[in-house]
Amino acid sequence: MSPILQTKTLTHTYSLGTPFEQAALRGVDFHVEPGELLGIIGHTGSGKSTLMQHLNGLIKPTEGQVYFDGTDIHESKETTRSVRAQVGLVFQYPEYQLFEETVYRDIAFGPKNMGLGGAEVDIRVREAAALVGLTTEQLDKSPFALSGGQKRRAAIAGVMAMRPRVLILDEPTAGLDPRGRDEIIGNIKAFHRETGAAVVLVSHSMEEIARTVSRVVVMSGGQIVMNGTGRSIFAQGAELHAMGLAVPEVTQIVMRLRTLGIDLPCDIFTVEQAAQAILTRAGGDTDAS
Amino acid sequence: MLRDITLGQYFPGDTVIHRLDPRTKLIMVMVYLVALFSAGTALTLGMMAVFLGTIICVSKTKLCLLVRGLRPLAIILVFTGTLNIFLTPGEPIFRVWILTATYEGLRHALVLLARIGMMVMGTFILTYTTSPMNLTDGLEMLLGPLKRIRVPVHELAMIMNMALRFVPTLLAEADKIMSAQKARGADFESGNILRRGQAMIPLLIPLFMSAFRRADELAIAMESRCYHGGEGRTRMRQLRLGLRDALAGLVGALLLTAIIGLGVLGL
Ligand SMILES: Nc1ncnc2c1ncn2[C@@H]1O[C@H](COP(=O)(O)OP(=O)(O)OP(=O)(O)O)[C@@H](O)[C@H]1O
Ligand SMILES: [Mg+2]
Repeated sequence: MSPILQTKTLTHTYSLGTPFEQAALRGVDFHVEPGELLGIIGHTGSGKSTLMQHLNGLIKPTEGQVYFDGTDIHESKETTRSVRAQVGLVFQYPEYQLFEETVYRDIAFGPKNMGLGGAEVDIRVREAAALVGLTTEQLDKSPFALSGGQKRRAAIAGVMAMRPRVLILDEPTAGLDPRGRDEIIGNIKAFHRETGAAVVLVSHSMEEIARTVSRVVVMSGGQIVMNGTGRSIFAQGAELHAMGLAVPEVTQIVMRLRTLGIDLPCDIFTVEQAAQAILTRAGGDTDAS
Repeated sequence: MLRDITLGQYFPGDTVIHRLDPRTKLIMVMVYLVALFSAGTALTLGMMAVFLGTIICVSKTKLCLLVRGLRPLAIILVFTGTLNIFLTPGEPIFRVWILTATYEGLRHALVLLARIGMMVMGTFILTYTTSPMNLTDGLEMLLGPLKRIRVPVHELAMIMNMALRFVPTLLAEADKIMSAQKARGADFESGNILRRGQAMIPLLIPLFMSAFRRADELAIAMESRCYHGGEGRTRMRQLRLGLRDALAGLVGALLLTAIIGLGVLGL
């Protein structure tokens, strides 16, 4: 299958020509397959947010190109605009962009800007609200009257309502408690399952990435340094550590056990897998309960 | 686009201009402005330009930054320039419809452009080479005597300091909110004035919310450090005048005398 989104030697330098020049991306070749669930991790300042904003044309590359469905997204103004509707981008802390009088109207902002009619907008708003678990009652509230986690879900619904073919989320769980995080990850998975759109999830949390996505891209210093399945990435613990990224805690424990001479596979990154492997090794009952 | 506004931005450096005492710099700017508005002839304006050029070179300020700072003023400059050319009575050059361009008008316009341009550049160099902290410290000390007549100088300086400090922060914030709304299909660039005004709502409401939130947080942070205004406050960094400040003062005095002297002589 040909990729839905692709970048070629993408380079971006902020504040070009001032004393504050800062190279954020250096020759990034990156692609997203249709319908895949892709995770991106990287240390603070590695260029993740900058890359994401290139994917829907919010930032123009200093050098290189971005292709959506094979066309350069900066080919013309119309192309850029239509790509914005098809590549939905949820920023970090999206709850700070809410502005309408009611949650309903805020979610409707995107679909309305796409020029859809009232009935279609209504369908999409309700569908998106259902995906993130907002009740009809909450739709009529002011967005500022919601709790932090609810605000965040309302903001995410605002992008989901545009029914993008690629949904990009920049650290959607930053600053939430474990339950809020699980809820949002659940919403994202539901969106992926029900619409079949590609989802790109940017995160700092290895556990979250390991548990959620099928392919992982690791960024460091404005470049892509690793690309592969969660298993193959987390098996390279030492390299990740050198980039300031921590391997999931369970994986670390398994590694320690391995150095102690206990023979376990080195590609374990969830508690369930670890339990299974240890039980298998112990030759006991594999039905972990 | 919003980042083009460079007002109140400081570019760290280590030149003589950067190291001058902020009080000296503030006084020098005032002297410079007085001289600039006393200069009305090609000779005196030329001298001012040479002076400005020297300062730009010595402070290693990038010319493109100064030009960029002038850009928002371009419309006003063109507008007042044109008005001057056509509305000053005198010897005609050419006529457009009922308007007559005059030599006197042209002269006026050029002098005006030179003055405003140099004024803006001069003050920009001040903010480019002086950290906001230093600038307000200097201002506070210069205005110190007003405390006698109950002007809350320290509080005013603090307010100014914070305002300057938050200009870049809020601009960055505005940029981010704008991007986020654009990602939802908002259009800030087309349509007539009314539509554009409406299009600003999704930007302005979150921006105000964020400004209030930041103000709240800052107030709490200051209170929890027991800040209670200027009374009895001492400084961590004391400002001291040195030899360079004396020399700068001398240069300023010479410049002002020369310009006013030449003006009196009618040159
Ligand atoms: N608007 C901007 N102007 C100037 N420099 C910027 C801007 N945005 C980001 N940068 C710089 O570009 C680099 C990459 O930033 P980016 O925000 O893409 O990193 P990130 O991987 O998203 O980090 P984080 O995990 O902290 O969100 C950083 O060094 C940052 O300082
Ligand atoms: Mg980021």
